[in-house]
Amino acid sequence: MTHRSPIRKTPKCYSGGNFIRSESARVYPIRHDNLAVHIPQCSRKDVRNAVEAAAKSASTWQNRSGYNRGQILYRLAEMLEARHAELREAVAWGAGRRDVSPDTEVSASIDMIVHFAGWCDKFEQCLGSVNPVASSHFCFTVNEPLGVCAVIAPESRPLIGLLGLILPLITGGNPVVALASGKRPYPAILLGEMLATSDLPGGVVNLLTGFHKDLLPTLASHGTIRGLLASVSTDEAREIQLAAAESVKRVHFIPEEETASPSPAQALRLISQFLELKTVWHPLGA
Amino acid sequence: MKSRYGTVDAVGVSERVAKFAMRSIKGVSKTWGLRKVVSMMDLTTLEGKDTPGKVAALCRKAITPHVEMDLPHVAAACVYPAMVTYARTCLTGSPVRVASVATAFPAGQSPWRLRIEEVRRALAQGADEIDMVINRGAFLCGEGGRVQEEIATVAEVCGSATLKVILEVSELETLDNIRAASFLAMEVLRPGDFIKTSTGKTSSNATLETHQVMIEAIRDYFLATGVPVGMKPAGGIRTAKQSLQFLVAVKETLGDAWLVPTRYRFGASSLLNDVLRQLEKERVGAYPASYGFSESESAY
Repeated sequence: MTHRSPIRKTPKCYSGGNFIRSESARVYPIRHDNLAVHIPQCSRKDVRNAVEAAAKSASTWQNRSGYNRGQILYRLAEMLEARHAELREAVAWGAGRRDVSPDTEVSASIDMIVHFAGWCDKFEQCLGSVNPVASSHFCFTVNEPLGVCAVIAPESRPLIGLLGLILPLITGGNPVVALASGKRPYPAILLGEMLATSDLPGGVVNLLTGFHKDLLPTLASHGTIRGLLASVSTDEAREIQLAAAESVKRVHFIPEEETASPSPAQALRLISQFLELKTVWHPLGA
Repeated sequence: MKSRYGTVDAVGVSERVAKFAMRSIKGVSKTWGLRKVVSMMDLTTLEGKDTPGKVAALCRKAITPHVEMDLPHVAAACVYPAMVTYARTCLTGSPVRVASVATAFPAGQSPWRLRIEEVRRALAQGADEIDMVINRGAFLCGEGGRVQEEIATVAEVCGSATLKVILEVSELETLDNIRAASFLAMEVLRPGDFIKTSTGKTSSNATLETHQVMIEAIRDYFLATGVPVGMKPAGGIRTAKQSLQFLVAVKETLGDAWLVPTRYRFGASSLLNDVLRQLEKERVGAYPASYGFSESESAY
C-alpha cells in the first residue's frame, strides 16, 4: 500500500459519559499550521444537559469510598502518561505562554492528578474533627460534598489550568461541569478521551467547549449548580457573581498562576472550599 | 379481529412520529403548551408505600401546582382504590377530580367478581373517574368478545363516572393488536370516556408510536360513528419536552378539539415537576434546581 488517506479525528466533548457534538450543531475553527480543527461550540442547552447528567451521577460519586476515588484518579494519571506525546503536541498548539514548556506542563499535570489522588482518602482526616462539648455527647464534624459544581477554566494554560480547577472538586466528591479554554480547547478534547477510559463514572466530569461569553451566564445562574470555581477576568468575575446571587451559589475565583500544581496546603484549602460541614451530636451513656 | 379493524403500517407510524420530535417549540408556544399539559394532567401516585399523608400532599399539589405561578389546577388526582376516600376528603370543593385505578390494577388477573366489586367500592367512596385494565390474557387468546363484555359491564357500573380503559400496549405484542383493542374498547364506550396506553407498571411504557396507533384509531372511529373518545398516555412521560411532542401528535392527528382536559389526559407523577421547572425557567430566565419543587424525588 503506497498511499493512505489521512484519517482525522472529529473533536467531540465528553459529557454525560458520552462523546457529543454540540446540540446546536455549531463548531468553531482553531488553526494549527495549515489545518483547521472544528471544535464544538456548545450552547446553553448543552450546559443544561451536562448539569442533568452531573446531578444524576452525584450519588454514585459521593458514595464511592475516598480510597476508590483515589484509585480512579490515579488511573486517570496513567491514561495521561500513556499519551504524553500527543498531549504535549496539543498543549504546544499556539501556546500563549513561552515561559513553560509543553513538556513540563503535561508532566506537571500528571503529577498534580497523582497529588489529588492521594488527597481523596486523606482530606477527611485533616478537615473533620471531634469537638469538645460540655455535655454527655459525642460531637463530631464530617465533610460532605457540596453538589454539582461548575468550573470555568483559564483561557491560557489549557491543560493544567483546567485540571487544577476540576481536581479539587472531584476529589471532594462533587460532580463537575467544566468549560474549557475557549481559545485553546484541544487539550480538553483529549482529556475527555482519557477521562472516559479512567473508570470515572459517566457524568462526574463533563467537559464542554465553546465561547465563554455565551455560557458564563447560564453556568452562573443554573440553580442545580451549587458551587463554581473559575479563573476569569475581573469583568467576568463580576458578571458571574451577579448571576450566581439568585441561587446563592458558592463562588470562588482563583488567579491563573495558582491553578497549577498547588502546594499541599493550597490543595487542601481548595478541596475544603467545596465541602459542606455536617456536625453530629451523639448522646453518650443512658 | 385484524381484518375487521384494519392493520397498521409500522414503518409509516415510526416515520410519522419521528417528525413530531423535530418541531421546535419555544417561547410563547412552549409556555402555552406546558400550561395546557398541567391542565390535562392526571397527577398520579400508585405505589405500595402510598399513605393518606402522601395522598393529601398530592391533592394539595393538584389544586395548586405552584404557589408563585398563576397556573391552572390539574385535571385529576389518580390513586389506588384504598386511597380514594382520603383523596375525596382533600378534593371535595375543588374542581380537581378523583380518579381511581380498579379491576385488579395492574395485572387484572383476579376473579371477575372481585374486579367489578373494586369498581363499585371506588365509586361508592367518591371516585369521579375509573381507570380499568383490560384482560390481556383473554385478548391474546382471541377472546375479544369477552374483553368487550367486561368493558361494557364496567362502563354500565360507572354510570355518570368517566371510564378510562387501560390497554397496556406493552403486553399486546403488535401494533395491529393495539388498534384492534382500541376499537374493541371504543365500541362499548360512551362519549367522554377514554382509552389509555399503559399501567406504568411494565417494562415499556407509552411511546409516541403506540400513542399514534391509538389516536389514529380514535380518529377513524370518530369519523365512522361521530363518537369522540378521549385519550390518555401514561407511564414513562417524565419530561416537559416529551409531553409537548405528545401534544403535537394530538394536534396534528385529532385536531384542536382534543386539546382539552375532557378529551386528553397525561397520566404521570414526576412529569408535573419537570413542567413546572421549565415554566419557572421561562418566567425567571434561569434554570431552577429540581429539588426546589415540592414532592420532588430530590427534594430536601
